[in-house]
Amino acid sequence: MTAPLLEIRELDVFYGAVHALKGVSIEVRPGEIVTLVGANGAGKSTTLRALSGLVTPRAGEILFDGASVLGCDPVDIVARGLIHCPEGRRVFAPMSVRENLEMGAFLRRDKPAIAQDLERVYTLFPRLRDRMGQAAGTLSGGEQQMLAIGRSMMARPRVLLLDEPSLGLAPLLVDEIFRIIRKINQEGVTVMLVEQNAHMALRCAHRGYVLETGKVLLHGPASEVEKNPQVREAYLGA
Amino acid sequence: MFELSNYHIQVLAFMGINIILAVSLNLINGFTGQFSLGHAGFMAIGAYTAAILTKACGWPFLAATLAGAMLAFLFGLLLGIPILRLKGDYLAIATFGLSEIVRVAIVNFDDVSMKLAGYVGMGDLWPKEITRGALGYPAIPEVKSLLWIYGWAFVTCLVLRNIVRSSEGRAISSIGEDELAAESLGINTARYKTLSFAIGAFFAGVAGALFAHWVTFIKADLFKIDKSIEILLMVVLGGMGSLSGSVLGAVVLTILPEYLRMFAQWRMVIYPVLLILLMLTRPEGLLGKRELSSVVAGLFTRARRPAAAAAT
Repeated sequence: MTAPLLEIRELDVFYGAVHALKGVSIEVRPGEIVTLVGANGAGKSTTLRALSGLVTPRAGEILFDGASVLGCDPVDIVARGLIHCPEGRRVFAPMSVRENLEMGAFLRRDKPAIAQDLERVYTLFPRLRDRMGQAAGTLSGGEQQMLAIGRSMMARPRVLLLDEPSLGLAPLLVDEIFRIIRKINQEGVTVMLVEQNAHMALRCAHRGYVLETGKVLLHGPASEVEKNPQVREAYLGA
Repeated sequence: MFELSNYHIQVLAFMGINIILAVSLNLINGFTGQFSLGHAGFMAIGAYTAAILTKACGWPFLAATLAGAMLAFLFGLLLGIPILRLKGDYLAIATFGLSEIVRVAIVNFDDVSMKLAGYVGMGDLWPKEITRGALGYPAIPEVKSLLWIYGWAFVTCLVLRNIVRSSEGRAISSIGEDELAAESLGINTARYKTLSFAIGAFFAGVAGALFAHWVTFIKADLFKIDKSIEILLMVVLGGMGSLSGSVLGAVVLTILPEYLRMFAQWRMVIYPVLLILLMLTRPEGLLGKRELSSVVAGLFTRARRPAAAAAT
């Protein structure tokens, strides 16, 4: 079995007195889509925030490509290719679509490769090409989500951390977003996907982890997690 | 030909100084989205430093101005690092506190520095009067030149325009727009916030120096929170995140109170009512986030469109 590209060991995160993550361990192997599902407050977003350096864990270890990124500055983590696409789109409203995408490549200086990646993002999201010069704030919710993912792609992720990409989108757009996530993955980007829409996420992913109140309840191949009676009852409404 | 009276020249001078203050505060409050109420403090640092250097040390005006501005810049840099960890209201209170500390430090500077000098055995060498405390600092060499003021106003606008348009400026605007998103893209938010705070402080220092040498008498009370709020009003009125908006805001809010003088004691009733009305009708400020050039261009294309439609 290949060595994991991203490894979280026994992670403990506190928000003040609140124990948000209690010894969470997760492995992501190169080329995989791994999904984290669970209810509100289970610790899914906190896990991603710890990975991208936005919160500092109290204990545990995070290894990215064999090296520790625990306690690193978010800037270093982005530079190494661990890119967090935060929940809620968060596009820069007054900037144009193109400027938003260029912000994604802020740390990069390789102009020709940036131009190439811009083209790649436009191919993934043809709607963004049509709206290139438009202010991001005037896009629809689905288009803004595409822009947020495209912006993260401009940072050349080796692992892309997606936080709730389907949140608040119409069903048709949800399908499209998941199709694009698979496509990004097929192009060689490892994806860690946090979702409340457990059903869709488990269908899209290779493996799944179920989080409950800060602990990993169970994990395994996505199809098995989906069939697990406990999961079906709690998250899939069946 | 129309002759400018001394009164008109004075208003023009304050207008130019206000332009420098508003445009530089907009970098901090508008573009970077860091709500600062401490601009008057940086202005005070520039004013006192430059005044002391020209009067007591005989420095030339330009060198003294730059020294005052540099000191304000350094204060902004050093204090920005801890203070800019705060957000929103907390940051506003901390920056207000900062400018109060500057004011109180100026008032008590002579006593305290004298005693400190005494402790290290330099009491005899130390000058008795540096800032002259609450009495105010009089007889500053006069530099009554609109050329200096508008020269600096031009430099301020030019420098800030170039900053805003640079890639660093994009980083700064992205922080103002959404700090977490900016951080997730690998933008060093602490660094750019501090930098923009310090650059804003630099030009506030310049404005202070120009002001001190125009009025030739300054006292610490001139740089209280009222001054910071006055500058903030210009920024908000013109539009946060629009440089030409801040220029417009400074022009309007310098002239408006002068026009209202004809209403005598009703002036301070009419002025706030006008401000409230303006904010109700244009909550995003006169120009919003747009620049004057794009607004004018927009007017032209709008005017042309019906003509084009008629042609087809």
